[in-house]
Amino acid sequence: MLKFLPRRLLQLIPTLFLVSVLIFGLQQLLPGDPALVMAGEERDPAVLEQIRKQYHFDEPLPMQYLYWIKGVATGNLGESMRIKQPVAELVVAKLPVTVQLATMAMFFAVMIGIPAGILSAVKKDSAWDVGANVFALWGLSTPNFWLGIMLIFLFSVKLGWLPASGFVSPFDDWKQSLATTVMPAFVLGNAIAAVLMRHMRSAMLQAMGSDYVRTARAKGLVEKTVVLKHALRNALTPVITLGALEFGTLLSGAVLTEQVFSIPGFGKLIVDAVFNRDYAVVQGVVLVTATVYILLNLLADVMYVLVNPRLRD
Amino acid sequence: MSAVLAASTAPQRAEPTPGRRALRRLLRRRTAMFGLVVVVLMALLAVFAPWIAPFDPLATSFAMVRKAPSAAHWFGTDEVGRDLLARVIYGGRASLAAGVIAVSIAVGCGVPLGMLAGYAGGVVDAVISRITDAMLAIPFLILAIALAAFLGPSLGNAMIAIGVTATPIFVRLSRGQVLAVRAEDFVEAARAVGNPPLRILLRHILPNILPPVIVQATLAIAAAIIAEASLSFLGLGQQPPAPSWGSMLNSAQRFLTQAPWMAIFPGLAIFLTVLAFNLLGDGLRDALDPKS
Repeated sequence: MLKFLPRRLLQLIPTLFLVSVLIFGLQQLLPGDPALVMAGEERDPAVLEQIRKQYHFDEPLPMQYLYWIKGVATGNLGESMRIKQPVAELVVAKLPVTVQLATMAMFFAVMIGIPAGILSAVKKDSAWDVGANVFALWGLSTPNFWLGIMLIFLFSVKLGWLPASGFVSPFDDWKQSLATTVMPAFVLGNAIAAVLMRHMRSAMLQAMGSDYVRTARAKGLVEKTVVLKHALRNALTPVITLGALEFGTLLSGAVLTEQVFSIPGFGKLIVDAVFNRDYAVVQGVVLVTATVYILLNLLADVMYVLVNPRLRD
Repeated sequence: MSAVLAASTAPQRAEPTPGRRALRRLLRRRTAMFGLVVVVLMALLAVFAPWIAPFDPLATSFAMVRKAPSAAHWFGTDEVGRDLLARVIYGGRASLAAGVIAVSIAVGCGVPLGMLAGYAGGVVDAVISRITDAMLAIPFLILAIALAAFLGPSLGNAMIAIGVTATPIFVRLSRGQVLAVRAEDFVEAARAVGNPPLRILLRHILPNILPPVIVQATLAIAAAIIAEASLSFLGLGQQPPAPSWGSMLNSAQRFLTQAPWMAIFPGLAIFLTVLAFNLLGDGLRDALDPKS
C-alpha cells in the first residue's frame, strides 16, 4: 500500500539539500563584509575576528557550507548573536506555542470550511451558495494582520471580552490560554477556511454529479444518506491533500498573526531575529520551517493513499 | 424584415478570434467587470495621485494630530497630523507598483525557465525542476521575509524578494503547459519543416501557454499586494515617512484605542484592491478556459 514511500523518501534528499543551499546562500546577499553586518553596532576588531572564525568567513564558500551543514546535521543550528543562545534551543522553546496556534487554526478552518463547502454544493445557486462564495472571497482577500487588528478593536478595545495581546501556556491556565489564542487562531484559520470551502464545494459538486450518486438515489436512499455516505466520503479525499498544502499558509500566516497579537512563537522569533539582524537565527528558523513543511506534505501524501481505497492494493 | 436578418447575421460572418471570444465572455461576467473597474480606478488614483490627493501625504501638522474623519479630512488624520486620504491614495502607488513589478519579475524569470525545462528535458529539466521544488518547499511569506531581511529593508528589495519568491510558481506552470503542448501535431509539424527550437518555442508554444500564465499572473498580483503590505507592516518594505498601506497599519495598531480610523481605511484599501484582482483573475480563468 505504501510502496511509493521509499522512493518518496529518497526524493526528499535532493530537495532538503537544495533548500539548505538556498538558505545558506542567503547570507551572500548581505551587502559588504558579512562579519561587519552581523556584528551590528559592534566595531571591536577582536569581535569581528571571532565572528569570521566562528562562521569560517576566511575559508572558501563550499567549505563554509560544509561547516554549517555539519552543524545542522548534528542539531547545531548556530548561535544567536544577540541573546547568545543556541538557535536550536530557541526553536524548541517557541515551537509548542505555534503548534498550539496552528492546531486551533486548523480546527476553525475545518469546522467552517468543510460544512460551508458541502452546504454550498448541495444547495447550489441558492442563497447559501452565494453566501459561502462571498465568505470565501472575503477570506482570500483580507490580509490576516488587518483582520487581527480589527478583531482586537472590536473584542478587546470596544467590548473588552478578550485580551488584546500576550500568551498564556495551557499548562498554566487553560482558560486564559484559550482567551489569548482564540482570536489569533481564528485569524489564521480564516483564509484556510476559504480555501477549504472552495475545494470542498468543487469536489462535492463533482461527486454529486457522478454515476454512483445517481445509483444511490435510484435505489431510493434518503438524500441525507446519499450526501453524507456516498458523495461526501469520496469528495473528502482530494480535500485532505489540498488542505494539507495549506500548512505553508499556516506557517507564513503565523509570522504576521503572532506579530499582531504579540505571541512569543515561531513567527515572532523570526521577526525579532530580522529586526535584531540576528541572521543565524533567521537561517535556522527558515530551515526548520522548510523541513517541517516538507515533512507535513509527505504526511499528506501518505494520508491520501491511506484514505483512498483505490490506491490500496 | 430582410434588413433585420442581415443585421443579425452580419457579425457572425467574420469568425471571431479566440482572444476576442474570451474578451466577450469576460465582459459578460459582472463580478469580473467589477474587479476590472476597481483595478482601473485604483491605477488611476495611483498614477494621478498628485492631482487627486487633497493634501500633501507627508505634511505633518501638530494642530491636527489624530483627528477623526471630517469634511476636511475624509479619512481623518494620523499620529503626526498627516491626512489619511492622501496617504491612502499615495500608498496605492507602493502597493500597485509592488504587485505589478514583483509579478513581472516572476513571469519574466519563471516563464522562460519553465519553457526551457519543459522543452529541453533531461538534465536541464532536472536541475531547474529540483531548484523549483526546493524554493516551493519554503512557505511563500517566510522565504520573502528571509530574502528581504538579507537584502535590506526597502520597497525595491521587497519587490525583488516577492518576485523571486513567486518565480517557481510560473516555472512549474509553464513547464507543465509546454509538456502538454509539445506533443501536439502542430508543434511536430513545425519541427518537421525545420523550424529552429527558439522559433518553435516563441511562435508555436508560447501563444498556447499564455492564457493560464495570464490568469496566474492576475491572481499572483493579488498575492503580491498582500505580501508587500505584510513586509511593509513588518518594517521590511516601504520605509517611513513614505506611505504604504502595510506600514500605515503598523503605526495604526499603536493608536487603536484613540484613533481606530487609522487602521480601518488602509486595510479597506488593501482588501478592495486584492478582492478586485482576485475577481478579475477568476473571471479571466472562466473566460480563457476553452472547456467551459
